[in-house]
Amino acid sequence: MTTTSTKSVNKKRQVSEIEQATVRFAGDSGDGMQLVGDQFTHSSVLFGNDVATLPDYPAEIRAPAGSLGGVSGFQINFAGKEIHTPGDKVNALFAMNPAALKVNIADLDAGGLLVVNKDAFTAENLKKANYDSNPLEDGSLKNYKVIQIPLSTLNQEAVEGLGLDKKSAERCKNFFVLGLAYWIYDRPIEQTLNWLKKKFAKMPEIAEANERSMRAGYHFGETTELIANTYQVHKANPAAGTYRKVTGNEATSLGLITASKISNKPLFYGSYPITPASEILQDLSAKKNFGVTTFQAEDEIAAICAAIGASYGGALAATGTSGPGMALKTEGIGLAVMTELPLVVVNVQRGGPSTGLPTKTEQADLFQALLGRNGECPVPVLAACTPSDCFYMAIEASRIAMKFMTPVILLTDGYLANGAEPLRIPDIDDLPKIDVDYFTDSSAAPFKPYTRNERLARPWALPGTPELMHRVGGLEKEHITGNVSYDPANHDYMIRLRQEKVNGIVEDIPLAQVNGDEEGDLLVVGWGGTYGSIMTAVEKLRQKGKSISSLHIKYLNPFPKNLGAILKRYKKVAAAELNLGQLQFVLRSKFLVDVKSVNKVQGKPFRADELCDAFLEILETI
Amino acid sequence: MTVDSQTTPLSPKDYASDQHVRWCPGCGDYSILAQMKKALAELQIPKEKCVFISGIGCSSRFPYYLDTYGIHGIHGRAAAIATGLKMARPDLSVWVITGDGDGLSIGGNHFIHTIRRNVDLNIVLFNNRIYGLTKGQVSPTSEFGKKTKSTPWGSVDNPVRPISAALGAEATFVARTIDTHVKHLANILVQAAQHKGVSFVEVYQNCNIFNDGAYLYATDRQQKFDNVLELEHGKPMIFGKNGEKGIRFKDFHLEVVTIGENGVTENDLLVHDETRKDPSLAFLLGNLSYPEFPEPIGVFRSVSKPSYEELVANQIQQAREKIGKNELKDLLYTGDTWVVE
Repeated sequence: MTTTSTKSVNKKRQVSEIEQATVRFAGDSGDGMQLVGDQFTHSSVLFGNDVATLPDYPAEIRAPAGSLGGVSGFQINFAGKEIHTPGDKVNALFAMNPAALKVNIADLDAGGLLVVNKDAFTAENLKKANYDSNPLEDGSLKNYKVIQIPLSTLNQEAVEGLGLDKKSAERCKNFFVLGLAYWIYDRPIEQTLNWLKKKFAKMPEIAEANERSMRAGYHFGETTELIANTYQVHKANPAAGTYRKVTGNEATSLGLITASKISNKPLFYGSYPITPASEILQDLSAKKNFGVTTFQAEDEIAAICAAIGASYGGALAATGTSGPGMALKTEGIGLAVMTELPLVVVNVQRGGPSTGLPTKTEQADLFQALLGRNGECPVPVLAACTPSDCFYMAIEASRIAMKFMTPVILLTDGYLANGAEPLRIPDIDDLPKIDVDYFTDSSAAPFKPYTRNERLARPWALPGTPELMHRVGGLEKEHITGNVSYDPANHDYMIRLRQEKVNGIVEDIPLAQVNGDEEGDLLVVGWGGTYGSIMTAVEKLRQKGKSISSLHIKYLNPFPKNLGAILKRYKKVAAAELNLGQLQFVLRSKFLVDVKSVNKVQGKPFRADELCDAFLEILETI
Repeated sequence: MTVDSQTTPLSPKDYASDQHVRWCPGCGDYSILAQMKKALAELQIPKEKCVFISGIGCSSRFPYYLDTYGIHGIHGRAAAIATGLKMARPDLSVWVITGDGDGLSIGGNHFIHTIRRNVDLNIVLFNNRIYGLTKGQVSPTSEFGKKTKSTPWGSVDNPVRPISAALGAEATFVARTIDTHVKHLANILVQAAQHKGVSFVEVYQNCNIFNDGAYLYATDRQQKFDNVLELEHGKPMIFGKNGEKGIRFKDFHLEVVTIGENGVTENDLLVHDETRKDPSLAFLLGNLSYPEFPEPIGVFRSVSKPSYEELVANQIQQAREKIGKNELKDLLYTGDTWVVE
């Protein structure tokens, strides 16, 4: 939090103008913290801030109330300038109970604002959070500006007379917190008021109760003298245009429909519910008016197989999942490689292995995407780097799939999927073109389904087209005719041909871009959702005069043409990633460069400050 | 399609591809292929409108031998691939060719779900009660106690009954036929194709290499009359060389009775009604098995229900009409937006 100016409103209260602030809401998984975070984000983007968010919730839907395992948090970084991460240290923490305090206090900045629900600090809750003494009384919080609010009591008073039972009334208390946060950060409450009216149109008493709670929270801030300082974060000044808020999963589904529209191919999405990818299925299912066909299959395998069937029938076919589901789809991806049918496979990565950490983020599926199939089975792999970039990379994955008649893996991750940021809505004319036509020429009978164009893509001939009857399948295909062939020389040829086709995509993708100097001491290479943290850390070190640049790889197979040459222009290269060094391994083997690894696997994104430390350590060895 | 082929009706051989058929000589699959071509010709389905989708196994080579569209898929997944294709392209006649191992073991999950959704597919399951392509292991329809290469001490698995499994998932069309019973086979395939919604056909198919004679009781001239009950809609369930035996429903069980004995007349026998909504009686018929009972062939069940791909397409149509706003611009500007000057 950077204070730019401060003025006194009255003797006791000051309003500080700040450039940026990071706030975290934390409570039980049933406390509605995600909702509060979402509303705060929405109001902030509509107000004109740049935002980046980090929802962090447990895998259990309702873990035991008050337990450490059940704590759900939502962090938002909002600013009057461009930002790339949800922030490292938190300037204000709203903790609904002792467990939420315990789990989150380490991330609160020294001197930061700590708002707690005093009513929840009962002996029982303290015990559940493993507190030996009450932190509100034992002096352990003396480094923070602690504001204790009898939240439950005040909230009950606010909704009194509406005839709500105690439980329903208690459920509104997250809106009290939201109202208070709006007041502290000088946000307009209108957006949430409108949302409540719409959301609870059929339950006006619930809408009224939540509104009263929020207003009570807002007025509590105004009237109490507990809070000595409020803040104003001015509008950011981004490029002109119309904006909307997107999460990564929303952006992915938007991108898929957009690709369907600009390629004039109907979208088919087959999927099986899995955290954190389910929202793509839900979102697409709600958009049938755009001609989208969604299929919630009986399992991950059926989901990809149905997509392959739809692709054979002429659809832009996609399937989405996360790591364990990816493992099940492996054989299906192989079939799509062999039949050379277009298919987009989205992997919203989560913590692994096995079931791992379903709700936490990780980047440990790179090897799986690049190599995880039987046989020589090349698949193009792309990775989105921000929530809004998921929109563009979903279009790219679709474009490459159809243009080259191949499955394409698009990697996103839990952090991107759930994180929100503004998306500048593009001009439709500026979107990439996808001009792929079905093959319909019946005159060249007998049809040869494994002939190829200049990109080595085979023709996409649809059932229903006279004279083009042909069979595809998983058995090795004879070059040109597509008949089954066990011929050794043909197999060797086809293996190399499929590889060459995927390698050739390099001519169709943008060159890698360096952020910073074109040569120097250290180049940090990243991929996927770590973009914001790496960017922020590198910018910070560059401002301190360090010779450091960064490069973010969005095309992981094939790599951009200029990547190898760029790596060789720096004294040291480091790959920063949320795994044990998978990109590092690939870069080393591919380019024979001694790439260092900066990594962690805690189910959390990198913090910019920890990256700064790691990069400095490498810089010191030069 | 050439002008000629539009005016000249297609004959069975027009549906043959140029590929050399590679099943073992004497395999029951040849007969099914021949009758399929006959059925397609009878229905005059344009070749380009047919898609045959298979999994893995001997039966799954089927699509290569037809001059139609086709996918030789991966093990057990033909029904899933076919579901996606039919949803994307309801205009096509989509067939699933599978076997007992492919369809009921590795593909058992898709079997149940494809059937309960009532996707308008024709599923033909070649049941030879053995793994042929992998050279003779026990299959999910092998008899209890069956000795195979993988069960040298005899199988301790209870077999799955394909008809009962399909009825359990409430298939809207369920039939059984036999590879050597060629006219019956062709006729059942025609009926399956004509049924709107999912059609499930079990074909007793002899694997003369690894399980020869598995259905001798049902195909041998001397034995078949006592061991096969031909179901015909609206007719009493009669079997036996001279039509002397029948099936009676008593105390929630089916029993074999002899007409003329113990006062039993034809009027006491069950009359087959394939359109019965409740599948329970069809399920009892599906459970009849040799040697205690004759095994029914023919149509067990044929009822009408909306098909899956139709329901899916209707929802999309309704959404288009109700919500409208289906241009790309509408999509991108959905929800709250704000303008930065």
